[in-house]
Amino acid sequence: MARLTGFLVMLVVASSLGVVASQHQARKLYAAVEREQQRSRQLEVEWGQLLLEQSTWAAHARIEKLAREKLAMRPPLPGQIVAIEERP
Amino acid sequence: MKQAKKGVTFNHNPLLRPDLPVWRSRFVLLCLLGSSVALVGRAAYLQGVNEQFLQAKGESRYARVLEVPATRGKITDRQGDVLAVSSPVKSIWAIPDDARLDPAQTRQLATLLDMPVQELNQKLAAVDKDFVFLKRQVSPELADRIAALKLPGVHDQREYRRFYPGGDVMAHVLGFTGVDDKGQEGIELAFEPALAGKPGSRRVVKDRRGNVIEDVQSIRPPQDGKEVALSVDNKIQYLAHAALQQAMVEHKAKAGGVVVIDAKSGEILALANAPTYNPNNRVKLTGDQLRNRALTDTFEPGSTMKPFIAALALEKGKVTAGTVINCAPGRMSIGSATISDAHPHGALTVAQVIQKSSNIGAAKMALSFPSETMWKMFDDLGFGAPLKLGFPGEVGGRLRPASSWRPIEQATMSYGHGISVSLMQMANAYQVFARDGDIVPLSLSRVDTPPVHGTRVFSPQTARELRQMLEMVVQPGGTAQQANVPGYRVGGKTGTTMKLVGGRYANRYVSSFVGIAPISDPRLIVAVMIDEPSNGKHYGGAVAAPVFAQVTGGALRTLGVAPDAPLKPLQVARQGVAGPAPVREAM
Repeated sequence: MARLTGFLVMLVVASSLGVVASQHQARKLYAAVEREQQRSRQLEVEWGQLLLEQSTWAAHARIEKLAREKLAMRPPLPGQIVAIEERP
Repeated sequence: MKQAKKGVTFNHNPLLRPDLPVWRSRFVLLCLLGSSVALVGRAAYLQGVNEQFLQAKGESRYARVLEVPATRGKITDRQGDVLAVSSPVKSIWAIPDDARLDPAQTRQLATLLDMPVQELNQKLAAVDKDFVFLKRQVSPELADRIAALKLPGVHDQREYRRFYPGGDVMAHVLGFTGVDDKGQEGIELAFEPALAGKPGSRRVVKDRRGNVIEDVQSIRPPQDGKEVALSVDNKIQYLAHAALQQAMVEHKAKAGGVVVIDAKSGEILALANAPTYNPNNRVKLTGDQLRNRALTDTFEPGSTMKPFIAALALEKGKVTAGTVINCAPGRMSIGSATISDAHPHGALTVAQVIQKSSNIGAAKMALSFPSETMWKMFDDLGFGAPLKLGFPGEVGGRLRPASSWRPIEQATMSYGHGISVSLMQMANAYQVFARDGDIVPLSLSRVDTPPVHGTRVFSPQTARELRQMLEMVVQPGGTAQQANVPGYRVGGKTGTTMKLVGGRYANRYVSSFVGIAPISDPRLIVAVMIDEPSNGKHYGGAVAAPVFAQVTGGALRTLGVAPDAPLKPLQVARQGVAGPAPVREAM
């Protein structure tokens, strides 16, 4: 009887240690998930900012100004346009 | 056990000898029993009956409900270029009672906030308030630097700010959001339900140090706002904006608007207004800049109305394109009133009435119908009622019921006086010429499956004949030769009206031009309106037509519409045939 009790007590102790370990593991994993989610939100914000930056740099007003002033470009005169016809 | 030997044990203590009454011990026993019953009862009550309260109390020691923010949806153009995007910023706020800063700290904070020390002190001195914003919408980096100062009573809060990379080019279409990221004008207001995100919340377990250690449940998942794709084409919009700005300067005009519509799908490709504003910095914003004139302002359209009258006359079989109408001597009396042409004409065919823009010719055609017929056509064309684009502040213009028309009014309406429309309505109505006689509903958001049939107003035959007349307007002898676009056949109609000021026509003008291109298979409808050009010229053909030509030429090239007019000199390079050196294609 005493031996059985001892055995059961040992089982209980082992399983409670297991609970502690798995709980700890779960929390660590949860913290990792949380960190990654935070990162994904941050990246999303950054993406938005990059999109913003891209459209600011690529604004037509800016492109036209640069093309005209820096590269001395201009729209082609009617006679300079070549229409390309695809062979049927 | 000396005492035992003496025979004085506890039980035989002589002091206890005198008999205690039995009830005393019973009483004590009863008390003990009673109190233990009370304890058990209390425990049962707490565990069994009132357990929710205690559980809630316990949970509140470690469980927290967190707000999960949602972002507002982006607005893009038809190609997916970003036009408006929300980005997180921080607002700095303080509890004045807690914020006891020494002068050095105050100076530091004031420098970071870019604010005079005095103003900051004033805000912090508001002791009757529990909460003051020190500065809203600062960059996250700056907020971090302020947080690093660890000032007592100074906190920050996450907010969103809307950015518009297009600036003043798109301002009137997009509108803007308020400081709380809710739409206040334009598309931002019209599409508010779709764009707005719904913040969610979740319940978590926090440890002693405030770290989240467990997710208990998600009460409401956050819903980010949906992305809205507009029908507007960023590049065509820029072309329209640039051409309009140029015309505003050149003609010293007060205001103006340009609308570009895809005739195949009813999509609005561009909607430019002047004067405009920068939606990213609205400090000096006035109501005048804010108006989306193309949709919310009406004007007397003038001669751009004439093609509809000619179409109605053709449709009802009253005339053919070649029927001659006597417009001499350039004046005509109706009742007590007299109407006249700007330039007197002799006998004109119906086509020439449109080409030369004769008021007399149009009035004579109009007077051949009952007023109800004309009213019905105006109604079918969408005049007198808002277009229902869902844009805030749309107006319908003025179209009085036919029963109240006098003959002189019917005559003046034929050349666009006594009726008011918005520029968008005018562009909308020109669909009947661009689309073989029918009208499809306009759309501000991208249309993926264009409607095939619209509401029929005229027969395809009438529309085709009118297209030819409209083309004559830009040809030699017409009123708008400056509307010509090299490489394409275009057509349209000019309009020049005097403005009503205080009930009388003043010496101020509205010049307009509405045109379609290319004539062989119309793809675009472009409407231009310039308000009060005051640099000498005021005729639609001289003021508005060049803007039309500039916008239409650029837009047709952008859309890749094949030229339908011989270009002189046109060079055609075929595959396998040596052609001249390629020329760089500019925007």
